Amino acid sequence: MANEISRRAVLGGLSALGVAAATPATSLTADAARDLITQAVADINAVINSGKSESAMYRDFEAIFRRYADVPTIARSALGPDARSASRAQLSAFADAFTGYLARKYGKRFREFIGGSITVRSAQPVKSFLEVRATADLPGQAPFAVTFLVSDRSGRDLFFDLLIEGISLLKTERTEIGAMLDQRRGDIDLLIRDLQTAG
Amino acid sequence: MPNVMHRKFAVLAVLLALSACNTPPGPVEVWDPYEAQNRQIHADNVATDRAVLRPVARAWSEGIPGPVRQGAVNFATNLEAPSHVVNDVLQGEGEDAVHNLFRFVINSTLGIGGIFDPASSFGLEPRSTDFGETLFVWGAPEGAYLELPLLGPSTERDAAGTVVDIVLNPVGVIASDLPNWVSPTGRVVRVIDTRARLATSIDGILYESADSYAQSRSIYLQNRRFELGDEAEDTYFDPYEDLYGE
Repeated sequence: MANEISRRAVLGGLSALGVAAATPATSLTADAARDLITQAVADINAVINSGKSESAMYRDFEAIFRRYADVPTIARSALGPDARSASRAQLSAFADAFTGYLARKYGKRFREFIGGSITVRSAQPVKSFLEVRATADLPGQAPFAVTFLVSDRSGRDLFFDLLIEGISLLKTERTEIGAMLDQRRGDIDLLIRDLQTAG
Repeated sequence: MPNVMHRKFAVLAVLLALSACNTPPGPVEVWDPYEAQNRQIHADNVATDRAVLRPVARAWSEGIPGPVRQGAVNFATNLEAPSHVVNDVLQGEGEDAVHNLFRFVINSTLGIGGIFDPASSFGLEPRSTDFGETLFVWGAPEGAYLELPLLGPSTERDAAGTVVDIVLNPVGVIASDLPNWVSPTGRVVRVIDTRARLATSIDGILYESADSYAQSRSIYLQNRRFELGDEAEDTYFDPYEDLYGE
């Protein structure tokens, strides 16, 4: 909550200065978004081709998520309407378990990229955020599209969604976490416990 | 002759089905009025995958040498090239039509009947399309989500397209001495090979997700709309708008 207040204060301060008014959608520039994703992709490429063990790779992917992604927002969004009734402690425990789960699940996908590489192509504003397009090139396969959505709404430039051939991590996880919660009759604590080993 | 009659009947059935395409009252991300029946079919499809497709795909990737697999897939894909050309023309994509026509000619000759894919090394990469895409270009609505027996996730529009593509594959016109069973068998080979290549991802969706029906539906629709460039739906989900409502 404190984080949210300070974020609002910062945004309020910016608009008071007329900065937000000058660039109505976002103060984040295409160059900044592109730089962020170029850096993230360099880190991902390094992990993919590091030859490390599976579990070491998952730890590295988790660090990349924590560094470049707006994990609290992704986690809250994945939890859906149930996030509103959750306590602060539950939300932070969920965000934590969710990050590890994401790193394992998407780390598994990224492990399929071993021997390949991701290249950032372009960045352009869409609505109130930036869309950064990249291509994944894998040996012996047609290249495919990887898109990152970047926003500064958290107070920092971070990506909040990752799409592979149009399939959004955010949308997919909203469906998945929603189904997991239904299975557990809305018990968030049980969900948190199970997420620690899922993915 | 009876064959031609069958085909005409199938096309008529597809057109009738399309005119009855079920459209949602407003823009929605998922339109699934047949969810109960779809879930039933999904359960059967998962059972079939577990019993047949997954083990066959595993045997395919473990038992058959890579170059043989690649040759079979190339051959099967080449049989679809005439269909790609026709669909490109129907979509008004002249450049793609010429591209795919050259691919077919080069791979059928230099590629020894399509077993090799020299066209790709000349910079003519595969550009596949289907009649579902043609219907999209013509403005047909996506219709309701459907899970088809054996064929898996689809929509009313894509199901109609699949029927047309299977029944009216023009390769039979060009290679009239090609036995009838070859092209459908090619389709099966491509399905097995895709199941093998995407083993981890598909296993994840079907066997590790909390609701494999909802997952495959969401993933199919997202990917298909991306492929078609269908921007009708709100493509990106903005979590900030949703969480902090502005």
